[in-house]
Amino acid sequence: MYDLIVLASLLALGYFFGQYFEKKHYKSIIKREAKYRNVVVIASRIPPASEKPDASILVTGSVVISVDYFKRFLASLRTLVGGRVVSYESLLDRARREAILRMKQKARSLGADKVFNLKLETASISKNARGGVGSIEVLAYGTALVPIKR
Amino acid sequence: MIVSNMEIIPGKRVKDHFGLVQGSTVRTKHVGRDLMASFKNIFGGELLGYTELLHEAREEAVNRMKQQAEAVGANAVLNVRFSTSSVAQGAAELFAYGTAVVLE
Repeated sequence: MYDLIVLASLLALGYFFGQYFEKKHYKSIIKREAKYRNVVVIASRIPPASEKPDASILVTGSVVISVDYFKRFLASLRTLVGGRVVSYESLLDRARREAILRMKQKARSLGADKVFNLKLETASISKNARGGVGSIEVLAYGTALVPIKR
Repeated sequence: MIVSNMEIIPGKRVKDHFGLVQGSTVRTKHVGRDLMASFKNIFGGELLGYTELLHEAREEAVNRMKQQAEAVGANAVLNVRFSTSSVAQGAAELFAYGTAVVLE
């Protein structure tokens, strides 16, 4: 009986706080994406030959995000029937966008307006006791081209 | 020391190749951070302690890679890649590798 009460309260906490934090995070992501729109991130490996000789600097951005209890519960239910795990999709989406934003912020602070060769890496760093996904780390990195002042 | 994850540096010519250089570090978080993380596992959201930890560790790995490149006499590291793996419960290895070259 106690177990059920604990489970229900954890689920409720996870549901309300999780949703609140996710909404807040998305709001801030959308706001900052608009702010850093003029930093162009390109996934091509080599800049076009017309590019002027700029200074190249490696820029990175990373974030570790955890999913809430309610979503993890939903995902574990989902494994029974299979199919799309929507609750983890939004987690990964948030993490990637946040990582890219942090990379852009770094590039902007160096005075760059272009980032080439974007690579994204995702790792699940903390496996919890039951081996679930729990929290993920996303790293975005690329080469910022900083115009040299003459 | 130029560090870039592109294969070339625009406007510069590669004079000499020195092959692979690498740097790695294994880090683990302390109990306090772990406790905070387990709270966050209920509420969801960013684990700031972990983000910081991994950021520091990655910087360390890059620094070690740079040191290695300096030791062989290179002045740039191109085509840098990162890799993360969890080696044990709560410990992660951060690894950076690239090609050491001499630029004109």
